Amino acid sequence: MKEEDRAILEQNFQAKIDNDIRIEPNDWMPDAYRETLIRQISQHAHSEIVGMLPEGNWITRAPNLRRKAVLLAKVQDEAGHGLYLYSATETLGADREDTIDDLHSGKAKYSSIFNYPTLSWADMGAIGWLVDGAAIMNQVPLCRCSYGPYARAMVRVCKEESFHQRQGFEIMMTLAKGSPEQKAMAQDALNRFWWPALMMFGPNDAESKHTAQSMKWKIKRHTNDELRQQFVDVTVPQAELIGLTVPDPDLKFNEQTGHYEYGEINWDEFWQVVKGNGPCNKERVDARRKAKEDGLWVREAATAYAAKKKLRKQAS
Amino acid sequence: MNSLFEYTLRLGDDSLMIGHRLSEWCGHGPILEEDIAMTNIALDFVGQATSLLELAGKFEGKGRSGDDLAFLRFDRDYKNVLLVEQPNVDFGVTMMRQFLFDAYRKPLFERLQYASNKEIAAIAEKSLKETKYHLRHSSEWVIRLGDGTEESHTRIQEALDNLWRYTGELFYSDDVDKELIAAGEIPSMDGLEKEWRQTVNEVLAEATLKIPESDWQFDGGRKGMHSEHLGYILTELQYMQRAYPGLEW
Ligand SMILES: [Fe+2]
Ligand SMILES: [Fe+2]
Repeated sequence: MKEEDRAILEQNFQAKIDNDIRIEPNDWMPDAYRETLIRQISQHAHSEIVGMLPEGNWITRAPNLRRKAVLLAKVQDEAGHGLYLYSATETLGADREDTIDDLHSGKAKYSSIFNYPTLSWADMGAIGWLVDGAAIMNQVPLCRCSYGPYARAMVRVCKEESFHQRQGFEIMMTLAKGSPEQKAMAQDALNRFWWPALMMFGPNDAESKHTAQSMKWKIKRHTNDELRQQFVDVTVPQAELIGLTVPDPDLKFNEQTGHYEYGEINWDEFWQVVKGNGPCNKERVDARRKAKEDGLWVREAATAYAAKKKLRKQAS
Repeated sequence: MNSLFEYTLRLGDDSLMIGHRLSEWCGHGPILEEDIAMTNIALDFVGQATSLLELAGKFEGKGRSGDDLAFLRFDRDYKNVLLVEQPNVDFGVTMMRQFLFDAYRKPLFERLQYASNKEIAAIAEKSLKETKYHLRHSSEWVIRLGDGTEESHTRIQEALDNLWRYTGELFYSDDVDKELIAAGEIPSMDGLEKEWRQTVNEVLAEATLKIPESDWQFDGGRKGMHSEHLGYILTELQYMQRAYPGLEW
């Protein structure tokens, strides 16, 4: 393609974006836009799938039948989210299995929150409340993302995320008004998940290398710090409501701005976890890799059977 | 013996245990679509267990809830068949176990939906819809794996050989069901095993699998004598209720 042709295509593309016209799979798009989306959506898909593990960890130990059913339904939803999102990457020409292999080789990332262990039942509450809560903050703006299939997947996903957030908060609320040991369990879970939840929004704006371009392409609508602030503002009063203490001695409400000010995030810890040194990075990726390896014979059998069936149909 | 209690408990424990086993797969399935399917089916069984154990508690009349029955009995008081507590091992064993069980549950619920005991009938009617889907799902996998590759054929045949000895117990009959049939609470179970056998024959034939020759069959589950596996299931299942007795969650 000639340079000037490309320039025109790019201009038209940006004009569409500026006019809030959705980009669809067959439309022309710059390679960098496509690559950014594949990276972001597949990371998002991996997060849904890896995210099944810390919660799946408590299904067989759920304290009663109702909680067991709700948790199963929630984790099943996350698998469904993974599925829609892998399909969205496929509309961009990526191959689902290739992107999964990138996860297993460590090349592709996923949300680092899932590298923390789930040590008690209260963690099911903390994850629903904080992690799904943070996911909602991140994902609601993505419903208006410039790329059509991603935006549409997010509309479906967000409906379910709010149910996830509510069931988590409800677990926490029940614990917080329960026995002293239940309340301590809830507080301990909040202590462990609060800071990693704030880290879910990614590095500070000054450090975030993709933000400016993603905002120009309307893949992203708000900066990391804006979303983090919104999360803090919504979540702190919820903690107060149920009598739990946010583990941040610097946290205070600023009457002038109407926002909560919060303490310094431990970015060393964040980068260590991103690099693979979180408490469960190895376990999570190993579990996913094992599922794929152990399932190989099943997938081969399904393929072989489908091929035989097709042949028999042709023969008859 | 309170036969209505005992009978409903048996049904509830079957659902509870197979649901527990399926839920162990969550996050570890061979394909994402199967992860979703198995979790979905596990969810159906947890739902059935909830309704059945609630009802059992009501029949018992001692104020025990479904949760009390699910979480606070000792091993001898669980009355599920041995088949449903057997470990997952791999996807083939899990699907074969499921198929052998679903093929029994379908004709069972087809009968129980007409029970004159309205509460049992209502649960059976709802569960039958789920069971039809479960049976379709497990049959399809048994066929795919049986008639797939050499490896899958060998694996699923071995699964069948190992699980076959637990199928006789599905048709265990004693005073509990006899009394309920005689009292007209539930319909006759005539032909149940024959229907099961017919489904099994058809699906296994299509899967190119051979039914084992040995006709040795275990039982014990219905009387509370379980395999070693149940203790470990209970250890996980009951952990929270045993560690923190009497709390609301
Ligand atoms: Fe999700
Ligand atoms: Fe979620």
